[in-house]
Amino acid sequence: MTSLPASTGVKLGLVIDLDTCVGCHACVISCKEWNTGGYGSALADADAYGDAPLGAFLNRVHTFEVKPEEGPAAVVHFPKSCLHCDDAPCVTVCPTGASYKRVEDGIVLVNEDACIGCGLCAWACPYGAREMDPVEKVMKKCTLCVDRIYNENIVEEDRIPSCVRTCPAGARHFGDLNDPASAVSELVAARGGFDLMPEQGTGPVNKYLPPRPRTPEPVPHLPDLADLAADARETRAEGFFGWLDRALERL
Amino acid sequence: MHPAYSIIFFTVSSGAGFGVLAALGLAAFLGLTPQGGLYWAGFVIGFGLSMAGLVSSTFHLGHPERAWRALSQWRSSWLSREGVLAIVALALAGAFALSLLMGGQGRLLGLLTAAFSLITVYSTSMIYAQLKTVQRWCQPLTPVVFLCFSLAGGALIYAFLAQVFAGGAGLLPTVAALLVFLAWGAKLGWWRRGDTAPVLSTPESATGLGAMGKVRMLEAPHTGGNYLLKEMGHKIGRKHQAKLRQIALVLGGIVPVFATLFASWGLWPGLFLLLAVLAFLGGLLAERWLFFAEAEHSVMTYYTRA
Repeated sequence: MTSLPASTGVKLGLVIDLDTCVGCHACVISCKEWNTGGYGSALADADAYGDAPLGAFLNRVHTFEVKPEEGPAAVVHFPKSCLHCDDAPCVTVCPTGASYKRVEDGIVLVNEDACIGCGLCAWACPYGAREMDPVEKVMKKCTLCVDRIYNENIVEEDRIPSCVRTCPAGARHFGDLNDPASAVSELVAARGGFDLMPEQGTGPVNKYLPPRPRTPEPVPHLPDLADLAADARETRAEGFFGWLDRALERL
Repeated sequence: MHPAYSIIFFTVSSGAGFGVLAALGLAAFLGLTPQGGLYWAGFVIGFGLSMAGLVSSTFHLGHPERAWRALSQWRSSWLSREGVLAIVALALAGAFALSLLMGGQGRLLGLLTAAFSLITVYSTSMIYAQLKTVQRWCQPLTPVVFLCFSLAGGALIYAFLAQVFAGGAGLLPTVAALLVFLAWGAKLGWWRRGDTAPVLSTPESATGLGAMGKVRMLEAPHTGGNYLLKEMGHKIGRKHQAKLRQIALVLGGIVPVFATLFASWGLWPGLFLLLAVLAFLGGLLAERWLFFAEAEHSVMTYYTRA
């Protein structure tokens, strides 16, 4: 049923630290790799080695320039995947019941066998978290690696989403955002985690941590490097090369 | 938004088809039972257009063979409701047609056919009007525009058929002209609202980085294309927006109004009513193409380079 659960006891989700993300796209690749071999049909590409490759991804990293009124602009790398919203508009628009939000942990999933590929859920999502598989013609989205996090066939430290496990910078965190004592909830509280597009009324579970403010003057009174280079060039050579230099100049 | 031909044809064709069925139903309810050629042509065109539209709507599906599943989620989904209501409306129209064929007046069935035909058109419009992500669609005038165009199309076609098969259309061309006028009034209001409404989502709200400054995309997340840009990043339509609006308004509004007025004054009524119908449907195809092409989706705030 595509009606949303009134509430979910556990709200599994991601906390993404925009201060730490270095924009390496490792999470994108590990997500693609895991989800091509895991849950549902393979996450396909069309024309992968041709002129116009087009593939389905569940996680993408944008890079933004943020320009203040005064001073230099900042560059912020910005990973984006399904936010597993409390009030997920993609679920209620689904005509077949293929899209659903789990009562037990709040994960939003697609039952691929029931999906007719109408694309309305992708239109309903303000974040662009859903992409049509170009080969299977069913809707694909982040599963929060539902086939990893409860998987007792893999070692315990791997039972977190693939993107979180892979991130070399430690910019991605996974946990229960409904539990105020969880590590992710504490992180959100400490760093002022925020929602994307709160005006859309979707109640996203995933939170983003803002980049920390810049240090106003990183090294006070840094000597001018151009001057130092000029001084070095002016140094006179000594000894034989000094004599040669002077002799040639006089010539 | 990407203007898919199957969806443009679906909304125009099924809108006009349910409009004709509603006109037949209302005529019977008012005691002007459609008979003979008017009956046959009316139901053939009404069923033909509405069903052709519904079949066309399945062409854009990834898995049309599973389309029957779309009838299950009527509690929450407007798309599902639309499918269920279309079937109910068509079944009622079938019973209505049969009762007329057997010599009945069909007053109650006519009224029910008209009501469910219009509710179906309303639910079609709500598939788009419910989407908060597409601000231009998410306004109360969207269902009004769809309903008015459906009624106007139904009235125009019914007036033409009455002229050809019932030997005169009486007041019908005047009623049709009035409905066309009303529909375009609603549409102009819809355009105005869509053009002037303050933007709901911005690159700043989408990234949550507004407090740091003005946000724009520096690097896209991919070097190739993607589904989102194909589906929601359509720009060609917006380039010709002003011209297409004029074409839609002239073909779908001004030509039909004048043609129906000439017809109501007795000037080659059959010919001018045919011209009105064809121009209206042509104008509506342009209007519906623009409906998709000029609509902007909130996800594009993540791809703003300006």
